[in-house]
Amino acid sequence: MTVTVGPPLTDAPARIFVDQTEPVVRRRFRPRPGLLVAGAYLVLLVVAAAWPAALAPGDPLAADPLAVLSPPGAGHWFGTDHLGRDVLTRVVHGAGHSLTIGVAATAIAVTGGVLLGLLAGLTHRVADEALSRTFDALSAFPMLLLALLFIAIAGTGTGSLIVAIGIATLPHHARVVRGQTLLVRRSGFVEQAVTFGQSRSRLVLRHVLPNVVGPVPVLAVIGLGEAVLAAAGLSFLGMGPQPPSPEWGAMLSEGRNYLHVAWWISILPGLAVTATVVSLTVVGRHWQARFDGRRR
Amino acid sequence: MAPLVTVEDLHVDFDTPSGRVAAVRGISFTVERGECVAVVGESGSGKSVTARTLVGLAGPDARVRAARLDLAGEDVRTYRPRDWRRVRGRLAGLVLQDALVSLDPLRTVGAEIGEVLTTHGIVGRTERAGRVAHLLDLVHLPEPQRRARQYPHQLSGGLRQRALIASGIAGEPALLIADEPTTALDVTVQAQILRLLAERRAAGVSLLLISHDLAVVAQVADRVLVMRDGRIVEHGPTDRLLRAPEHPYTRQLLAAVPSATSRGRRLAGAAPGGAARAALPARPEVRADDTVLDVGGLTKRYGEHTVVHDVSFTIARGETLGLVGESGSGKSTVARIVAGLLDADAGTVTFEQTPWAAVPERTRHPLRRRLQLISQDPLSSFDPRYSVGRVVAENLDPDVGRADRRHHVVDLLRRVGLGADLLDRHPRQLSGGQRQRVAIARAIAPRPSLIICDEPVSALDVSVQAQVLDLLAELRAADGTALLFISHDLGVVHHLSDRVLVMHDGTVVEQGPVGDVFTYPRHDYTRSLLDALPTLVAAGRPQEERP
Amino acid sequence: MSPPPVRAVARRLGAGLVVLWVAATAAYLALLAAPGDTVDNIVGDGADTPQIRAEIIADWGLDRPAVVQYLDYLERLGGGDLGRSYLLQRPVTEIIGEQLAPTLTLAVAAAGLGVSLALLIAVATAGDRRPWLRRVSSGAELLLVSTPSFLIGLLLLSVLSFRFGLFPVSGDSGLRALVLPAVTLALPIAGLLTQVLRDGIDKALDEPFVLTARSRGARERTVLVRHALRHAVLPAVSLAGWVFGIVIGGTVIVEQVFGRPGLGQVTLSAVTTRDMPVVLAVVTLSAAGYVVVNTTADLAYLLVDPRLRRS
Repeated sequence: MTVTVGPPLTDAPARIFVDQTEPVVRRRFRPRPGLLVAGAYLVLLVVAAAWPAALAPGDPLAADPLAVLSPPGAGHWFGTDHLGRDVLTRVVHGAGHSLTIGVAATAIAVTGGVLLGLLAGLTHRVADEALSRTFDALSAFPMLLLALLFIAIAGTGTGSLIVAIGIATLPHHARVVRGQTLLVRRSGFVEQAVTFGQSRSRLVLRHVLPNVVGPVPVLAVIGLGEAVLAAAGLSFLGMGPQPPSPEWGAMLSEGRNYLHVAWWISILPGLAVTATVVSLTVVGRHWQARFDGRRR
Repeated sequence: MAPLVTVEDLHVDFDTPSGRVAAVRGISFTVERGECVAVVGESGSGKSVTARTLVGLAGPDARVRAARLDLAGEDVRTYRPRDWRRVRGRLAGLVLQDALVSLDPLRTVGAEIGEVLTTHGIVGRTERAGRVAHLLDLVHLPEPQRRARQYPHQLSGGLRQRALIASGIAGEPALLIADEPTTALDVTVQAQILRLLAERRAAGVSLLLISHDLAVVAQVADRVLVMRDGRIVEHGPTDRLLRAPEHPYTRQLLAAVPSATSRGRRLAGAAPGGAARAALPARPEVRADDTVLDVGGLTKRYGEHTVVHDVSFTIARGETLGLVGESGSGKSTVARIVAGLLDADAGTVTFEQTPWAAVPERTRHPLRRRLQLISQDPLSSFDPRYSVGRVVAENLDPDVGRADRRHHVVDLLRRVGLGADLLDRHPRQLSGGQRQRVAIARAIAPRPSLIICDEPVSALDVSVQAQVLDLLAELRAADGTALLFISHDLGVVHHLSDRVLVMHDGTVVEQGPVGDVFTYPRHDYTRSLLDALPTLVAAGRPQEERP
Repeated sequence: MSPPPVRAVARRLGAGLVVLWVAATAAYLALLAAPGDTVDNIVGDGADTPQIRAEIIADWGLDRPAVVQYLDYLERLGGGDLGRSYLLQRPVTEIIGEQLAPTLTLAVAAAGLGVSLALLIAVATAGDRRPWLRRVSSGAELLLVSTPSFLIGLLLLSVLSFRFGLFPVSGDSGLRALVLPAVTLALPIAGLLTQVLRDGIDKALDEPFVLTARSRGARERTVLVRHALRHAVLPAVSLAGWVFGIVIGGTVIVEQVFGRPGLGQVTLSAVTTRDMPVVLAVVTLSAAGYVVVNTTADLAYLLVDPRLRRS
């Protein structure tokens, strides 16, 4: 999660320093095991979402009354649940649910956030004031409660969950994009471009937009992690796909009644969520670091 | 008695992700008690690392080796952190540049100075406030009791630098190490700080003064060490070193300093034999009847604060007008108004016989490319996504065809002394001097009639500054471009300008031909600026003055 | 000293009020803009009798012009009247009031624990004194920030309660029952705050004023706590509102996991039964809480950073 909030510092006077700007040395390639593992897991996840049968050929809903609550072992690597369903098969098939919800919600949040953020950052001061106060006010609602409010109005289910998470995380993205837009608008190179006799629309198209939109994919990857986490939480509360659907959060919720006898039913799908979010964060942060390195 | 500091064959290496880098490569020197030794060098010379090594603060990545490293007769090579803490502040104090960041901005000045007293148990709790006030009084801070309760940002640049010095001398150290102590300061304030340092020395403190500016250290130092690439290339008594430099690098450094005497001459590439500087191409002919820029009664207010008040001047075709003033004088605000980036509250600007201020941007549009701007920090004026080639190409005539653009850019880069191999590099990968050349190439692309140069060389090392100033003079001669040259450095302005405008507190206090103004200043403020100016010629003067 | 920064304080209070007003309006609009008949939406899954419908129309003023309805709503809200649950046939203030105490206890305990943990770990792992500890800690922080809080809760339950029987499995009986829920809620907060604090300390340690402090002979602990930590606290303080949101959102989940009574359970059942007056009240109230916390944080800024005191 990137939280870029800081105190507005007072204007520092123009300082004159001795030139200490050494040319940037290209960093040597260093293998990063963490990044590799995270990338591999995400590839696996995408395969699981697109073609679950390739990883787990079984039926996620098939109950086996003879193998109820059997612990992880040779036959069932992740064990079976209270109906004798194979937990690994269900986790693999659940990837599609979680990723779909996460990606769709992030798409709503990022698209809306970028559009509204740009609008606020590029328009007149009065409109900007109104829009950013609205973002501020929407950010005042705890994310989970905002999503719950939406679900209370629109009802439970996958579609409603997607929109709820999308709307609840939108203000954050809008604020980030607005801040970035203002930063670029006031930057030295945009001011300099005015002296080249470029028109306002050209300035926005050539300098402002690319520099604002450039980092958005990075934001989206990190935002996706948050969305997956939120989706799991809301599903756990029973607001998402309903049982017997193999959604990770819903599986946890179902399995927690058996926690004292069969920890694997709820813990293992939970670890799948954790691994997904960790991988997304690792990849997102690495990307962000490279991006910042390229820009600064 | 043994010297206070003895350094023999000191090496400092740094472990970096891309391998070991040598910062200091085998230097030896001593500092006697009561002596002032200056270390002069450009960035990367290893002068600051040397200073910090003396108090064990070169950093965790530093590897220090030396044949001898003695402080007050003690071998510090085997010092553990606890031993260093005993020495720091008590035996050797350190003063850095820019007290706004070198004093903790969240703590009062008094708390910062008091920290030395508490750490070393110098005075008891009850006497601390009194001692702090005494120290502030020692560095000539008016109303010491009140100042002690203020935060660094509430003091002016000069006052807080004094407070920083007070914190450096609070533990009554025998040695005061001052690393670029006057670098970010205005010239009049700089003179006061140098006087203060000289005064401490007269009180018996040894000084190790680190600076990039020979003229500054010449005011106080007994001996000067010139460093380059981690080595001492020349050392000797200040007077001898300035009058008869032996090493070519020292000569080059001295020749690079712009001043009245360097007018019309090249600053960079002085011949090693000490021959006279090569001549620059003749200045463009100034056509006084042909005015490029006419500014009348310019006024700008922020709230109740008037930053520019009734400023008027003209620039003729091919003329270079220097605009000097200290920070807060309003000179950069004038630049931004003239560049059409900021609206004035009153006054007129006429550029090329066309109204320029208080008109819609559309009116300025056709003439925009005739007026260009070069700023102090070129990197921030480049789109971070752009390569060098794209940066320059952006300002080409839009009518230039796609096929010819590359050719034009290479041409422009060649004019500013850069090779075509830089085309696809990112500006971040260039040195500060190269970046400023790219900015200049971009500014001359549309063949403007006027270029506003806002402190274009103040972030550069003196030898790089010399090259950039030579380049500007050449381009000006070739294209007949007029310059509005803004600088805090009187030497630079004297070197380059035809006429000069002196600004103080938002008003023009004096203007005229540069020779007249700087030789026979009529206004008190101009006179005080000139008096404060550290010049290499003045080096032989005795340092007896007291405030 | 400098005069009290009246203008700076007033500006922050004003901004808080504006945000509060916009938030209340947004919640109100959400109800009105919801698809379907507003009365139906307010009834939710409750008994739908003509009597109750008439009551709703009267209470919400749905038969009057929109502006009057809205102003009336604001006036009621300003007077502390959160409306009535037609499903439970009780005033919302009463329903929430009864359940506020356990949730607040949990929230305060979790926030306090999270912040203390973050401070301790950040100071212990900042700088470059113990690189290995730092690596371990940042790995753990990443895990904590990325793990759903219910998973943390279930893991704690299955190990500490079911395996070792150290803590009760559910309920709200005494301090021991508070431990696991508070820890569950505190860990992700500690994870993120530690990252922010340590980044801040590291950044401050690179500043010239730290070099100056070291050159005075100050001990490493003095440098860390008296200089660097204060600078690191600034960005962390601005996360206070975020922490509040996480804690309030988190209580919904944690109360569910540990079977604790509280506001979270009220919210959940209100959402499930579509008891809109209760949902709206909880949402508006939490926004108000956020604004209070955030404004307090803004004011705390003025206290920590003297540079902001001039307006």
